[in-house]
Amino acid sequence: MGESIKLFYNVDGHDFVSCGQASEDVKRTLKNIGFPPEVIRRVAIAMYEGEVNMVIHAAGGVAEVEITEDAVRVALKDSGKGIADIEQAMAEGFSTAGEDIRELGFGAGMGLPNMKKYSDEMKIESTVGVGTNVYLTFYI
Amino acid sequence: MNDRKDIKPVFLEADKCNGCVSCMKRCPTEAIRVRDGKAAVMYERCVGCGECVNVCPTGAKRESYDKLESIAGYKYKVALPSPSLYGQFNNLTDTSYVLNGLKALGFDDVFEVAYGAELVSAATKKYLENPNTVRPVISSACSAVTNLILMRYEHLIPHLSPMKQPEVVAAKLALIEAQKRTGYARAEIGIFVITQCAAKVSKLKRGNSAKYIDRVLSNRELYFLLLDKMNKLENPEPLSKAGSLGISWGSSTGEAMGLGTENYLSADGIENVIRVLNELEHDKLTGLDFLELYACPSGCVGGSMNIENPFLARTRLRRLRKRYAPRKVEIGTASEFMRSEAYEPLNVYRLDDDRLKAMKMTMKMKAIYEKLPQTDCGACGAPRCMALAEDIVKGHDVKCKYRKGEELYDDG
Repeated sequence: MGESIKLFYNVDGHDFVSCGQASEDVKRTLKNIGFPPEVIRRVAIAMYEGEVNMVIHAAGGVAEVEITEDAVRVALKDSGKGIADIEQAMAEGFSTAGEDIRELGFGAGMGLPNMKKYSDEMKIESTVGVGTNVYLTFYI
Repeated sequence: MNDRKDIKPVFLEADKCNGCVSCMKRCPTEAIRVRDGKAAVMYERCVGCGECVNVCPTGAKRESYDKLESIAGYKYKVALPSPSLYGQFNNLTDTSYVLNGLKALGFDDVFEVAYGAELVSAATKKYLENPNTVRPVISSACSAVTNLILMRYEHLIPHLSPMKQPEVVAAKLALIEAQKRTGYARAEIGIFVITQCAAKVSKLKRGNSAKYIDRVLSNRELYFLLLDKMNKLENPEPLSKAGSLGISWGSSTGEAMGLGTENYLSADGIENVIRVLNELEHDKLTGLDFLELYACPSGCVGGSMNIENPFLARTRLRRLRKRYAPRKVEIGTASEFMRSEAYEPLNVYRLDDDRLKAMKMTMKMKAIYEKLPQTDCGACGAPRCMALAEDIVKGHDVKCKYRKGEELYDDG
């Protein structure tokens, strides 16, 4: 009992076109362990959205992942500008991303809603000017 | 999953292999290791894309296709040429030249894979009309892409088109026709698909396809033999049945164009296919109905068993199809052209069926990886340091060239 794998990633804040390395590695790890494909996909989408968010809004951050036999817990932590109104940020289509980012197909305001949609539990802690922590849990 | 080890789309001529790591580095599923100075394929992971054949500098990697001599021994032989074959010949104005050439080579009859492709297009069109279809539908035409999805993108399986491959549809019709014409028993009739594709060679001779297909020959072997026969033809018998849409299947966008929708995406080349599948996996491809994905550059004309370069062959097909009208295709239901077997994920990356045991192995693998140089140099015979770590936890006796003799390999 109590076996768990802990993974840690620095999410580089400078290159969001190629971002997604952390979620890619987590995906591969879950395949090695034999998690059901449906869970792997949910983790991959939600975590990728989280990575993109950290790059767009916070110049990067860290991702901490804990994998147990039947659950995946992801913490995405950044020291960015923080979210002033979490409820508003959770609304589909709401985004503070600039035009340049939207042109690249990001910033559609689906990041947090998708993270909520694909995870089983989600918690956001954010302080303006200090940063944001997003906690996601996925169960088999 | 385990019987995949018996499918060998490629093989090695060991005396030609100099142990360089070119093929190992290019394999999209990390299926190749260099052991004792020779490239070895872990066949359960091989998608049959043919990349290793294309990059091998010494010609040691070869596709496993059947030879023309294998047609002897059948009383009635039917050749099923793929559309890619038409793209191999310069100034081809009528596919009947190729079809008559095949008869001159010893086949009793011909049946175009392009004709089967047109039926698959019609069925796919109907399938897309169903609002419950999971979109975008991914074409099942490319065997290497289908294998890749079953291995690396299991959760995208609901997107995979349930349609049979054009070769199988054509083979079934060809067999029925041959039986009607000759009254021969099944075993006396030989159905021969002629293809450009290493993945198809193994795929078409397995499972339900094997009921209709006896041997799979290569464009490469037949090209020169055919050219000789075709040059001697005076008035070819009109044997062409397929129209422009079927011929178009030989190169990329050909299949998608026949679906009557602009909402398609077409990508070719295995690395590009992987990029598109990653986007789909991240739920980024919205508003699309159809993905046409080919492992080879320019589609099937890029298959490793062709003679002509893919880009020229594609141009030739484009010119050729202009000479044909689209054939009017009427089908009853789409389900007639659907596979009877469901797609099964292959789980090739799972370290153990017992999840707890697999977790322990994963932890050990990550711990080993931390101590490796992480330069992915390939000198150990594995494509990346993580692949070496994986091989070690699976019990293979392999070591890093630069981290020998360290406690890295100990248990615990």
